[in-house]
Amino acid sequence: MENQLLDEPTETELLHQAKLGDFAAFQKLVAQLQPRVYGLTFRILQQAQDAEDATQQTFLALIEHIADFREESSVATWVLRIATNNALKLLRKKRTVKMISMSEMTSEDSYGDVPHPEFIAPWSQTADEIVHQAEVQAELEKALLELDDKYRLVFVLRDVEGLSVRETAQALELTESTVKVRLLRARLALRERLTRKFGDLSQAMTPDHKHS
Amino acid sequence: MTCEELLKALNDYVDGAELTEICEEFSQHLAGCNPCQVVVDNIRQTISLYRAGQPYAMPPSFEDRLQQILKSRWEEKFGASDRASADR
Repeated sequence: MENQLLDEPTETELLHQAKLGDFAAFQKLVAQLQPRVYGLTFRILQQAQDAEDATQQTFLALIEHIADFREESSVATWVLRIATNNALKLLRKKRTVKMISMSEMTSEDSYGDVPHPEFIAPWSQTADEIVHQAEVQAELEKALLELDDKYRLVFVLRDVEGLSVRETAQALELTESTVKVRLLRARLALRERLTRKFGDLSQAMTPDHKHS
Repeated sequence: MTCEELLKALNDYVDGAELTEICEEFSQHLAGCNPCQVVVDNIRQTISLYRAGQPYAMPPSFEDRLQQILKSRWEEKFGASDRASADR
């Protein structure tokens, strides 16, 4: 019997109920987490079918390991970590050749020739003001799609999912310093792309790389 | 600190690292360098856009399929999921 008058249970409460065999609680938990899981796996895999596979694997794994959850992190963090691992496994399987460069240092993994910002202008509106516009979302995904795998993955895990540099390095089997360089390149590339779109042209300024 | 050096320290600054040494030099440079200020702000806006976005809706057909798959897996593992249907 459900008490509809109570506040919505938290994810932790739902997990506890699910552990006791309450499938309805499990379904609610899945419903709450699936947009983030699907969004994350889509951003890693860039393809709907693959994102569906990774999402499905994630929730099946949740059933499998539901008794093992030790509550050292939040439920969402735990589930998103499972999702990340599933998505990365799938990506590695699909892109064996490309992925070799994932774990190897390349010449682009040093600070030596990090591209300088070119188009510099304050944005006409803040992120908060434009984030809910559909065309802005489309623009974000297009920009992400144009990034190389190696930059996209670091950006998605660190900046979108909020993993630490160390956690990102572990997930991608990279050194922390490689993560940092790739993150900088990813941030600069996305900044460049989005500022050309959202920057206020009338306030554009010339970069001055000479002064100290 | 030059703009060049600022670029390298950008991550730590944007991430709010408490490296006072870097931060102090960084802030000093920023105070006198409008383009760098704007670049830093652009990056912050970029990150918050991606953080706040809800990029992809799950296709409804997949949502239905997923529910079925999870239900049968649950029943295999834990037996009946009857209590679930009482929730409708």
